[in-house]
Amino acid sequence: MKKSFLKKLSRNEMNDRIFSVVGLLATLLGVGVFLVLLADVAMDGLKRLNWSFLTSFPSRNPFDAGILSAWVGTVWLMAVTGAIAIPLGIMAGIYLEEYGKRNKLAGFIEVNIANLAGIPSIIYGLLGLGLFVRFLDLGRSVLAGGATLALLILPIIILATREALRAVPVSLREASFALGATKWQTLKYQILPAAFPGILTGIILAMSRAIGESAPLIMIGALAYIAFLPQQLSDPFTALPIQIFNWVSRPQHEFAVNAAAGILVLLFITLMMNGLAIWLRYRFEKKVRW
Amino acid sequence: MTPLRLKEKVIESTFFLSSSLAIFINLAIIAILTFESYGFFHKVSPIDFFTDTQWTPFFYDKHYGILSLFAGTFLTTVIALAVALPVGLISAIYLSEYSHSRFRVSVKPMLEMIAAVPTVVYGYFALLFVTPLLKNIIPGLASFNSLSAGIVMGIMIIPLIASLSEDAIHAVPLMLREGAFALGATRLQVVRRVLLPAAFSGIAASVILGVSRAIGETMIVAIAAGLQPRFTLNPLVPIETVTSYIVQVSQGDAAAGTIEFQTIFVAGASLFVMTFILNTISYGLRKRYMQAYV
Repeated sequence: MKKSFLKKLSRNEMNDRIFSVVGLLATLLGVGVFLVLLADVAMDGLKRLNWSFLTSFPSRNPFDAGILSAWVGTVWLMAVTGAIAIPLGIMAGIYLEEYGKRNKLAGFIEVNIANLAGIPSIIYGLLGLGLFVRFLDLGRSVLAGGATLALLILPIIILATREALRAVPVSLREASFALGATKWQTLKYQILPAAFPGILTGIILAMSRAIGESAPLIMIGALAYIAFLPQQLSDPFTALPIQIFNWVSRPQHEFAVNAAAGILVLLFITLMMNGLAIWLRYRFEKKVRW
Repeated sequence: MTPLRLKEKVIESTFFLSSSLAIFINLAIIAILTFESYGFFHKVSPIDFFTDTQWTPFFYDKHYGILSLFAGTFLTTVIALAVALPVGLISAIYLSEYSHSRFRVSVKPMLEMIAAVPTVVYGYFALLFVTPLLKNIIPGLASFNSLSAGIVMGIMIIPLIASLSEDAIHAVPLMLREGAFALGATRLQVVRRVLLPAAFSGIAASVILGVSRAIGETMIVAIAAGLQPRFTLNPLVPIETVTSYIVQVSQGDAAAGTIEFQTIFVAGASLFVMTFILNTISYGLRKRYMQAYV
């Protein structure tokens, strides 16, 4: 009896130790694959990455082709997306967190935002196609593309703004109200400055998400072969992920190499932005003690 | 009303309007999908749509059986989950209960980075790295297949399941752990008998969200899984998912008002319904565990 109990006990401890190894391996698996991915792309793409690659238009000849119109298009898109999504998202977040806390309509809006946050990006593409390209007749333009991406990242910015505002303690608000400040004055001079790093982190993450999106842009008709740069909001455009998708879809190996080089540029941008966001959050968490 | 009060009111109304935009976006999505689907079902009977097993809108002999696109979506989603569920959940348990806090603090940003990689990059990886690798092991593997697309999609979803499940496990009160440890349980026993049951709704919410993400994932399957609608559960052959069909059609130029154009909205509508149901369940489950412990 006693012997079998002890046996069981040591088996349990054995299992526990086995799991601690399995757990470590599982956790490192994702990280490992990520590093393999980086190495694979770097090996394929680094040799193609040079100045003329960044300053050439796409071409039928893979060795002449570059990503000039792609990255300029991405810059245009981000300007439009940011100009729409950042102010709207912050204002909506402020309303939900600071004004409409206990009313039913705000609750309904909240459910709507939760739903928007979970909708696949390709559905936003269909929305952009139906609403911006056709109904509002913006055509397959930079404006339509940027607006579509803005709707896509709006929920992310709203949620990040709310979270940042929630982290500011009530005592700060109460002190400001006690001094006779109005709600907006309290927000403007106390709450928003305190919540700023948190909001900024959310914005950076949202923009980095928008930079990498391809499906919605394909839907609204971003073209891969654009041999000119957009001059105004109504011009057609391409973007970095679209150009990469186009090159990946071709059978020739040389275009796959171009895709890898394009991916290196795209990854550099998104990973830098994410790194910046993580660093900001880390610093903010460390520094601020209420 | 004093000017100051007026200003306050104007500001509040502006903020309210921007937040109510969320309702309008939802309404616009539903309106557009319904409108185009309505046009589609004028031409194709819903019975054919849900029972026919062929999807050939661009052939001479046209069939509109969404089942073959559903099969592709189902297949890639199951494969992705088979990768992401065990790895994500085990990572979550390890990070929450086993690992040193310093390890957790350095791994979590890495997981975030994995989640931030654009999906077109994962598509490249699936097509040009994973598929050639798998071809060495599985000789009959086609160049486009759901297996490598599903596996890579699973890797993309691991951070989502790991981080949300970790939150759920972490939220279980310390008391419950201490009670079990005091009875002589090992960490693994505490996890299996106490934490997993207690965190069940939170873990389920994360998994359902993972499923929803996999169903909606577009670029990986559009690049690596082929563009051939096929009513099959064979992971080695080219297939087409609901999402990759939409991408395929919109790359061409289907004119507005034609049935080809309407098919992408019908496909989008079924995608919307599926993810909406899953997201709602997940949202409800998360609310429940937050009420229970947080």
